[in-house]
Amino acid sequence: MKKVLMGNHAAALAAKLARVQVAVGYPITPQTQAYEMLAEMKAKGEFPGEFIAAESEHSVMAAILGAATAGARTFTATSSQGLAYMHELLHWVAGSRLPAVMVDVNRALAAPWNLWTDQSDSLSQRDTGWMQFYCSTNQEVLDTVLMSYKIAERVMLPAMVVLDGFTLSHSYEPVDVPEQSEVDAFLPPYKPEVVLDYKNPVGFGALVGPKEYLRLRRRMAADMAEAESVIEEVGREFGAAFGRRYGQLDAYRCADARTILVTSGAVGSTARAAVDALREQGLKAGNLRMRSFRPFPAKALREFVRPGMRLAVVDRNYSPGAGGIWAQEIKAALYPRSRASVHGYVAGLGGGDITVELLQEVWKRVDSANASVPVAETWVEDAR
Amino acid sequence: MFEIRFHGRGGQGTVLAVKILADAVLRQGERICLAIPEFGVERRGAPVTAYARISDKPILIRTRIYEPDALVVLDPTLYSSDILNGLKPGGSVLTNAEPEELSALAAKYPRFKFVGVPALRIARELKLGSASSPVVNTAMCGAAAALFRLCGMEPLLECVREAVPGKADANCEAARRAFDAAREAQNALA
Repeated sequence: MKKVLMGNHAAALAAKLARVQVAVGYPITPQTQAYEMLAEMKAKGEFPGEFIAAESEHSVMAAILGAATAGARTFTATSSQGLAYMHELLHWVAGSRLPAVMVDVNRALAAPWNLWTDQSDSLSQRDTGWMQFYCSTNQEVLDTVLMSYKIAERVMLPAMVVLDGFTLSHSYEPVDVPEQSEVDAFLPPYKPEVVLDYKNPVGFGALVGPKEYLRLRRRMAADMAEAESVIEEVGREFGAAFGRRYGQLDAYRCADARTILVTSGAVGSTARAAVDALREQGLKAGNLRMRSFRPFPAKALREFVRPGMRLAVVDRNYSPGAGGIWAQEIKAALYPRSRASVHGYVAGLGGGDITVELLQEVWKRVDSANASVPVAETWVEDAR
Repeated sequence: MFEIRFHGRGGQGTVLAVKILADAVLRQGERICLAIPEFGVERRGAPVTAYARISDKPILIRTRIYEPDALVVLDPTLYSSDILNGLKPGGSVLTNAEPEELSALAAKYPRFKFVGVPALRIARELKLGSASSPVVNTAMCGAAAALFRLCGMEPLLECVREAVPGKADANCEAARRAFDAAREAQNALA
């Protein structure tokens, strides 16, 4: 049934539909409505799982670590400083190979204070061992939370579902909410092999030597690599069940395009409108929307890219001293044989609007640029 | 695609107004509405902006609306700021105004089509909000639904009832009165 939902509510409803057993939360703008909706559903008896209102985000992730170790399907949502505060525990959950699912609503990191969307919070957790999926609509938020449990529980790695603060979290649009029975058919209950159980005591996360540590990390690497195909597989299964198919990449009008906008999150939706506008001017534009960031879809990207292609990467994030993060990762994935040029554009930091006009300007600049001198990092903004 | 920009003040229910309209458009079943409230550091009385895009095709653009087809102005004191910026020439302005305020606005800004509904009076009569800060959102929703033909009365009232269960009857009555007032004003113009 179609319902008008804000992104935060789409996320919370998905957690309920996934039959989450332990939801833990702490409020932070712009994620708070996800936390509030879960609390409200719990109070009304509509959410049968445990709901824990923790005293900080660090405690949230500690509770998730405990609950997931005991074998529960878990959920939380956070933003910005909250995610940064969880950082230490993010490593613990991933290293413990627990398939937790968390929603991060993108918001810029302080200082100075800023409430609006910016990917620096989620992208700066790139080395924690969490998978990261970026959504472009509220429908995709609901769908991706459901898929994430299936993917995470198959490869035993945690997943972060990322949506744009305000642009998605607080915007209302129709979302097709599946029936519980349909979700149950798609997502079976979580049955972990090893759980924390006082009747059967075992040790978790104990001290290991360098040999075991390296081997465990190598297994994590192998499972991250496997996740690339699991994401595609689960995306196809989801498509068969619900009629909406997803993958690591989402290409729009790219078949005959030489210069391609590369976007993520809600900008990936606006970029389709920019491509349509460029096509109306007779220009062969395309948009490639990156859905996965971890595992980085390097294989899929190399298959997508053709020699001579120009990629205009739009980064709503910035790694000081290095540049836009998507652009760096894409360059690394394509080096050295792809014969495509990668042009990085930093835009929309701290919630600045990335408009159809701005995206067209970026595309045109890259299309007419000297391809042998890719732009390292150009800062652009819509002046309005 | 039809693009509307809403201007109100904190406490008047501008954000809820666009949510109600997005719901009502979906319930009407012909088109969809993407409603994007703009958030700053919220406080009562501060200017609030929200956007609504309405289309019969999937809505891709998720930015602010810089050149709207129409405005909905919940608070007429906002004309002292730049709220008319970007409105397309000949664009409609649905405003909360008494008849005399409306003719003053129409005379001052002849490039736009002004339609007024006495939302403040309706809200006061129905005791919505307090006497000093009446809540005009449901009245303005009703007027917008009628003027821009977003939905019929029935889906509108269902959505108002769900959105404000506490004072459902009074809010539905406000929406109904403003819906009729906007229809009449529109017929008078035509």
